[in-house]
Amino acid sequence: MTKDLSSALRPAIVLTLLFAALLGLLYPLAMTGLGQTLFPRQANGSLVHDAHGKVIGSTVLGQAFTADRYFQSRPSAAGKGYDGLSSSGSNLGPASQLLVDRVKADIVKRRGEGVAGPLPADLVTASGSGLDPDLSPASALAQAPRIARVRGLTVERLRALVAAQAEDPILGAAHVNLLALNHALDSLSGVVADVRPAVR
Amino acid sequence: MTLQGWFLILAFTGVLLALTKPVGLWLFALYEGRRTPLHPVLGPVERGFYALAGVDPDEEQGWRRYALHMLLFNVALMLFTYAVLRLQAVLPLNPQGLGAVGEHLAFNTAISFTANTNWQSYGGESTMSNLSQMLGLTIHNFLSAATGTALAFALFRGFARRETKTIGNFWADVTRITLYLLLPLCVAITLFYIASGVPQTLAGVVDVQTLEGARQSILLGPVASQEAIKMLGTNGGGFFNANSAHPFENPTALTNFVQMLSIFLLGAGLTWTFGKAVGNTRQGWAILAAMMILFLAGTAATYAAEAAGNPVLHQLGVAGGNMEGKEARFGIAASALFSVVTTAASCGAVNAMHDSFTALGGLIPLFNMQLGEVVVGGVGAGIYGFLLFAILAVFVAGLMVGRTPEYVGKKIESREVKLAVLAIAVLPLVILGFTALSSVLQQGLAGPLNKGPHGFSEILYAFTSAVANNGSAFAGLTANTPYYDGLLGVAMWIGRFFIIVPMLAIAGSLAAKKYTPESAGSFPTTGGLWVGLLVGIILILGGLTFLPSLALGPIADHLAMIRGQLF
Repeated sequence: MTKDLSSALRPAIVLTLLFAALLGLLYPLAMTGLGQTLFPRQANGSLVHDAHGKVIGSTVLGQAFTADRYFQSRPSAAGKGYDGLSSSGSNLGPASQLLVDRVKADIVKRRGEGVAGPLPADLVTASGSGLDPDLSPASALAQAPRIARVRGLTVERLRALVAAQAEDPILGAAHVNLLALNHALDSLSGVVADVRPAVR
Repeated sequence: MTLQGWFLILAFTGVLLALTKPVGLWLFALYEGRRTPLHPVLGPVERGFYALAGVDPDEEQGWRRYALHMLLFNVALMLFTYAVLRLQAVLPLNPQGLGAVGEHLAFNTAISFTANTNWQSYGGESTMSNLSQMLGLTIHNFLSAATGTALAFALFRGFARRETKTIGNFWADVTRITLYLLLPLCVAITLFYIASGVPQTLAGVVDVQTLEGARQSILLGPVASQEAIKMLGTNGGGFFNANSAHPFENPTALTNFVQMLSIFLLGAGLTWTFGKAVGNTRQGWAILAAMMILFLAGTAATYAAEAAGNPVLHQLGVAGGNMEGKEARFGIAASALFSVVTTAASCGAVNAMHDSFTALGGLIPLFNMQLGEVVVGGVGAGIYGFLLFAILAVFVAGLMVGRTPEYVGKKIESREVKLAVLAIAVLPLVILGFTALSSVLQQGLAGPLNKGPHGFSEILYAFTSAVANNGSAFAGLTANTPYYDGLLGVAMWIGRFFIIVPMLAIAGSLAAKKYTPESAGSFPTTGGLWVGLLVGIILILGGLTFLPSLALGPIADHLAMIRGQLF
């Protein structure tokens, strides 16, 4: 047994170090090099710049939209909301008082904006990451009357905008990217003209 | 439930079944030690590793030697990671300037990644430097999967070989699986992930002024390279706290599909490899059929529960399925399917927060783990866990007809049955024991976020996940305390190695037996009757043991939920 033990010690230690070098350094660094060369935009977070070269966000990662003039994002449990350093869901169970209180408050707010009828579930629930970049088309449309009022646009125009931006991947669910949608909204109103189109 | 949702589930199953044989064939080449098309490129690396480590790949090992070398390697890897985490503050590639990982957290994490569990008591973005993610954690994602596959190979050899004492060479198995299977596949998958929007950079935080003018800090890192092996190796430890729900880990419906496939790919392939190794591929398909029955039943149940939604919220005027903790781009079906795949296999990655599932939707992931993660299961661990159940199933069949049971040409006798029971009994003993302890101790009760039965579910889920080496969580539980880090660490170690050692003993015992050809009196282990028996044994053994605990947690939770009682 002692002979066995000592005969196993050398491969255990040497292979730990060799594999650490191969899998822990060479592999991720080589992939970083390849990724940076082949897909530099995605490898660096799919960032979107404005005309002055300032970063305004990532098309992949969600950011908070709370203003009345924008399609607003879902509730978020990431830090104080859409914190890129602290992704998290609420982890509240289905019969949680805290969950019900939070949803109630959001429903009151939406009703105040004139949303009638049943509320789309994703509009009043927090996502898994707290950094959801998307919204269901139904949740976006529910906000159309408010935005139409604030921006002086017709609801039909907003409907068309949402329809144009929405995606429905067969392997996932219908959704619309909020940064792209709100950016398109700004271009529509001519509010911000100096933002480069958000590439998806 | 929608047609689109069912299409996803069927498409997933179809693609998986189509890939099973090709992957199984590749694995069989490695099992046999044959040359692969990659040998001209990677052969020199393999030989170099052997030369430096003083390994003779052709030296055959008995089960004790195989087990000892496997254990020593895993202990060495664990200590290496513990050191990397503890020294994080003084090591490079730490753009956020994070401090050392604390003692009990480093203990827990080092065991967790060694044991292919990837339970995370921490949020990756605020705890781990890029170097820790790469050098401390990614290496385990490869090597724990390679270890699992090597162990499965050893058991296959036990069934396939005749009257010999040896079951292969551990070092050769691990090295070949890593070099010729895991690494090349991960290179391809990593590139796909990067192209789809998963970051791969050594940079840290980018500060952003959002469209509304607020500030947001976006954390980047070498995510894609870790993501690829995290799924393929059924590890599940996320770069970020939110795991595969995080848009940087899993940005699109297509990456989500590939992630789910990655989880099942090698586990499904290994069923075919087993059939081939014992000389009848129908033996492998029969196993996969039993797995798929349990998988599809679980998927249908979770999907139905999540699509039905939360009646408490419906009363407030919310329409549709349960979207709390789910991402809009995945929706209900892709989230429900992912949760079943990740817990059927011992992956533990999540693309939605299981803690916020409806009570019954969350019961299935929990139950999947309690069955021992033998529904496809972890890479290697799934098939060897399943074969333990198969041994019990032929034993039960043998009792019914009064004959010595046989399985794939080997007589199953008292020693094998005792060892199989020993391995299978570890799971309920440790899960229920530790859960009970934590439900009465102050340190244990301090953990749950939710109150009422859901809080108990959080504790039960944690120990189930740890012992089953899954790693997913009802993540409301605050686990980064000396109590939980310590106890969960012990649970993960027992759950991994206290099953492996009896399993290897079975392999050794089987290898020494002579071949018993099938006769008219043999119980056929390829047909529908056998598949039904397997499913029954797994459900009865897994189900009955855990039913009382499920009644206290998710079932009580469900009854409260439909009555509208809040906690």
